[in-house]
Amino acid sequence: MSATSAAETAEARGTPLSRLVAARRAAYRADVVTDDPPQLTRGSASRRLTDQVARVVMWASFGLAMVPLVWILGTVVARGYELLLASSWWTLSQRNINAADVGGGAVHAIQGTLIQAAVTAAISVPLGIFTAIYLVEYGRGRLARAVSFMVDILSGVPSIVAALFVYAVWVTTFGFQRIGFAVCLSLVLLMIPVVVRSTEEMLKLVPNGLREGSYALGVPKWITITRIVLPTAFSGIVTGVMLGLARVMGETAPLLILGPYTKSIATNLFDGYMPTLPTMINQDRTEIGLDSAMERMWAAALTLILIVLALNLVGRWAARRSSVRR
Amino acid sequence: MSATTTPPELTEPAGSSWTATVTAPRRGGDRWFGLASHGAGVAVVALVTLVGVFLVSQAIPALSKNEANFLTSREWSVGGDNPRFGILEMLWTTTTASIIAMAIAVPIGVCVALFITEYAPQWLRRPAATLVDLLAAVPSIVYGLWGLIIFRPVVRPLEDWLSTRLGWLPLFAPTGITGGTIMFIGVVLAIMILPIVTAISREVFAQTPTTHKEGALALGATRWEMIRTAVLPFGKPGVISAAMLALGRALGETIAVTFIVSTLAAGSDWTWSMLSGGETFASRIANNAAEFDSPQKTGAFIAAGLVLFILTFVVNAIARVVIERRKAFTE
Repeated sequence: MSATSAAETAEARGTPLSRLVAARRAAYRADVVTDDPPQLTRGSASRRLTDQVARVVMWASFGLAMVPLVWILGTVVARGYELLLASSWWTLSQRNINAADVGGGAVHAIQGTLIQAAVTAAISVPLGIFTAIYLVEYGRGRLARAVSFMVDILSGVPSIVAALFVYAVWVTTFGFQRIGFAVCLSLVLLMIPVVVRSTEEMLKLVPNGLREGSYALGVPKWITITRIVLPTAFSGIVTGVMLGLARVMGETAPLLILGPYTKSIATNLFDGYMPTLPTMINQDRTEIGLDSAMERMWAAALTLILIVLALNLVGRWAARRSSVRR
Repeated sequence: MSATTTPPELTEPAGSSWTATVTAPRRGGDRWFGLASHGAGVAVVALVTLVGVFLVSQAIPALSKNEANFLTSREWSVGGDNPRFGILEMLWTTTTASIIAMAIAVPIGVCVALFITEYAPQWLRRPAATLVDLLAAVPSIVYGLWGLIIFRPVVRPLEDWLSTRLGWLPLFAPTGITGGTIMFIGVVLAIMILPIVTAISREVFAQTPTTHKEGALALGATRWEMIRTAVLPFGKPGVISAAMLALGRALGETIAVTFIVSTLAAGSDWTWSMLSGGETFASRIANNAAEFDSPQKTGAFIAAGLVLFILTFVVNAIARVVIERRKAFTE
């Protein structure tokens, strides 16, 4: 939209802007008639007061928004950092350690969280990227609209509903056990829309001239996509994947339903329960009177925040290096 | 690129057939790649359809055995031969808490977005945006812990004060609930959805045409008048869709609510008070995960999940429609 048409539409629609224009015109005429110098920079006292109040409100809102952030991070760091400094936290599990005992580590839960996130990504990243490629490079007509609509629905699915669905299929219908892989399936449902949407955005930003130049050289479509389009959008796609991963790692609802906690190291996705950081937090939360459990709980929360934060930072870093930007 | 550097490969070699040597061998790859992307698209459609079909097919048998009205009953006993369950109480808690969250988070979120785009000094804009985004990076289970253990004791006296001063209003009637009230859930949800509102509003405010803003300022508008006349009208659809997406998130939030919610005893009296307890859809499902031992019980919870699904779907659909309209206007 060009600048002039924007101003014209604004005036034609009777927006506040056009009303302001009219008001200022009238004020200017009044100034001319009374021979007062037109006041271009300083409004009336009440207008300046409103402006000052608005400024204070904006700063105050930002300050207010920072309160929970500082408070939450401060609480978690202050209450959980001590355990993280011990090497045992990163090397031992909670096997044979009662809720009231001190000691042990979180390596079982960290491993579980990382394994499940990796498998979730391994399934949803290819599927999500191919879906985005379909939507941007191939999709025309009915199927494309249906796919786009379904991705929208999927992105609105609450995590607990995704978990219920996998439960209905995996446990109720097929009678399988509640294992790590079932958790991954429900996380895939939550991660696909994030990957599709962010990849789609990035692919759309790749200039069409690059594609046309490639076609003009006789390069087939699939090589154009894999060698020209995807590399151009690569860091943007990485950002989307990282943010999606950060989201599913912090998810707890599917774990509550599909991934019961256990205190020992378990790395088999297809057999037995698999501990994760959120379920470890949830386990220790039930022992709210015990100092040892509380400390462990905050330490696990801090570990989870650190992992999620690291992923976020990697994602942002990739976004900054991106050759196409919004 | 100047004419002298034209790559020599571009000219067709004498005596060779261009199409035969270059295009034909690669057509196979093209077909497989196209098939794979179509397949991925179809898989997503199939997946979502499957979700719907499975949830409905599991919910129907339980619903048909239900002896109470599913929409208007407050009971929730899903086991045995005479199950009686309804969603009224969950619907009330879920929507009330989400609306409270919106009432807090939308104005503040819009102000923070305006701060970042219009008021903050240049050096502060990027760090400020990152800091607000950090709020979104905190896992929801941590919000639950913080709300339950740290934040609850702080809000409690405030609620007591409200109920003694405004207790005559049905909304603030004292209930004797000491754990998480509906209002408290709303406040915690507000903090959780604040980054969503801020991020989307920020993006649309930043797209306000500079000509609009400069036009307003050139006419002698103060900064606030410029925002009111140029930025806010332009960003309104974006703010509405941001609010809707945030609402969808608040409705479905599970673990933080599960941690702080106060479950009401079965058969307790109905109250309009926001200082009462009560479970949301998500927290009831999460709290009773251990009960999923028979298809009938699971079906009842899945039916509740379906209602939640429909609620969030409607809210998200509204957001999408608003966004589409705005696109039609700006492009």
